[in-house]
Amino acid sequence: MNRFWANLKRNYEQGRISPLLIVGLSILLAIVLFGLIGPFFTDVTHAQVGAVRPRKPPGPDYLLGTDSQGRDMWTLLIYATPNTLKMGLIAGFIGVGFGTALGLIAGQFGGWIDAVIRVISDSLLTVPAIAILVIIAGNIDRMTTFVMALVVASLGWMFTARTVRAQVLTIREKAYVEVARVNGEGAWEILFREVMPNIMPYIVASFVGTVSGSILAVIGLEALGLGALEEMTLGNTIYWSQQSAAVLRGYWWWWAPPIVVIAMIFIGLFLTSVGFDRFANPRLARR
Amino acid sequence: MNRELLRYVATRFGQLLVVVFVAVSVNFIIPRMLPGDPVQTALARLQASGGAGNVDIQAVSAAYRARYGLDAPIWQQYINYWGDLLTLDLGVSFANFPEKVSTMIASALPWSVTLLAVATLIAFSVGSLLGARLAWPTAGRGIKSIVPFLMILTSIPFYLLAIILIYFFAVVLKWLPPAGGVDTTRIMRLDWATTEDILRHAFLPCMAIVLGNVGFWALGMRSQMVNVLGEDYITFAEAKGLHPNRIFVWYGMRNALLAQVTALALSLGSVVSGAVLVEVIFNYPGLGSLLYVAIRGQDYFVIQGVVLMLIVSLAVLLFIVDLLYPLLDPRIRR
Repeated sequence: MNRFWANLKRNYEQGRISPLLIVGLSILLAIVLFGLIGPFFTDVTHAQVGAVRPRKPPGPDYLLGTDSQGRDMWTLLIYATPNTLKMGLIAGFIGVGFGTALGLIAGQFGGWIDAVIRVISDSLLTVPAIAILVIIAGNIDRMTTFVMALVVASLGWMFTARTVRAQVLTIREKAYVEVARVNGEGAWEILFREVMPNIMPYIVASFVGTVSGSILAVIGLEALGLGALEEMTLGNTIYWSQQSAAVLRGYWWWWAPPIVVIAMIFIGLFLTSVGFDRFANPRLARR
Repeated sequence: MNRELLRYVATRFGQLLVVVFVAVSVNFIIPRMLPGDPVQTALARLQASGGAGNVDIQAVSAAYRARYGLDAPIWQQYINYWGDLLTLDLGVSFANFPEKVSTMIASALPWSVTLLAVATLIAFSVGSLLGARLAWPTAGRGIKSIVPFLMILTSIPFYLLAIILIYFFAVVLKWLPPAGGVDTTRIMRLDWATTEDILRHAFLPCMAIVLGNVGFWALGMRSQMVNVLGEDYITFAEAKGLHPNRIFVWYGMRNALLAQVTALALSLGSVVSGAVLVEVIFNYPGLGSLLYVAIRGQDYFVIQGVVLMLIVSLAVLLFIVDLLYPLLDPRIRR
């Protein structure tokens, strides 16, 4: 444990851990804690339809007011935030896992497999994701947050596949891979013992990006009313506030808090990814 | 045309075909993976949501069954589907029976295209100029202090910015209309009053897209410029004694813009995704709102038509950008 801290301290002194990374991770940590600790201090029944008096502005009774379906916004927010993060994380894991596998296969084996994977991922990168996701989500009978994460993950793998493939191609040409090959390591051994450890930073970086993109897509689909409407999520809160014309009727406490939390999530992820880039690429840190 | 260029164009055309093929196939396969047939499912849902109104469901169902040969084997349906698309037959709206989907799309398309094109152009040029200035060594503290704001703007989805804009400019200040494409009472004519009305309605949606994107272009341009300014040819140009402005525009920006154009091609998809939602929030009469209304009303063929339209038109647009790219970057032409 001491070595871990010493390492961390050295990295910080060398300027590899930028303030951006610290701020970004702190924001994310704060949001996660908000969702983890919050439930101990709030009563989930207050977030059910008709639990409290509707359309009350923020005050001593209701910290963030109530919506027109009679739900306490503060409680709703505490239960909605982790659900939204959960969808982003699940979609991120699946998307990055699938993308890494495809990227490794494409980079390692080349040939027609590579061509097929490359053309499909390049083409899908340019498609407006929402168009395809609308078709998929619109045809699912019983939407849940988990299914939603799966739907979004179906278009969340291309960027990772591209990055991993490019890195595999670069690393394959390195001298130490040549040495390993001469030493008699097989294709799989090279892939997992020589190539994989060196592309880990890129995989982590794409993970942050994929989670961010997935949350964006999830909230977009939910704002269109394609989400799991009976579950509490940030996107659904936006959807219901839109349905009740909360903006025009001046119920700012209904739409502003979820927007602030969503913005914090994205800012946190953005700073983390920029900061992590500098951690993984020491050359950037000196600029 | 030499072989290199031919190969480049052929690859890009192949990509266009893949996108169109995937889009059409997804549109075809997914509804058919469910139990029952698509028309049956769609009509049942329409009925359940009460959106059918006084339409005779049985007549519609029978008409569709005969028209699309839904009892035929699946491969034949697939071929028929392609045939219909190639003749621009996108089916008929359930909710507004018997209006053609292609007519509905045709009336929504100009709104979306204009809004998106103008907003993207503004965001791209303002952002790139700003980013280039930020990278220039003489950039003052004042201009550098906007970087954090740009970062924040980039990370917030722009349909959420749209809600904030509506609240401040349409609800609190009441300067601009909160929704719609024109005044509901306006009779469309080619005169100044109509134009002004359209512009007033388009301003906020346009701002939402511009604000949401400008940071992306500025930050991208900044990092590109920093790279370009480190190149030897910049040092050489300075040593030759060229005017700093000339170096900035013709040696710096011109080269940094190449990467920006590539990024433009790659990001248009997500810009369109966001713009669809901006239109929904503003109830703007474009493809996004058409899609939203169709989703709400389970109007199946309209959803399919709009989705296909979005994907295919963007793919064609990107193909054109790809064709223009060799003009910008002579290295591809070689």
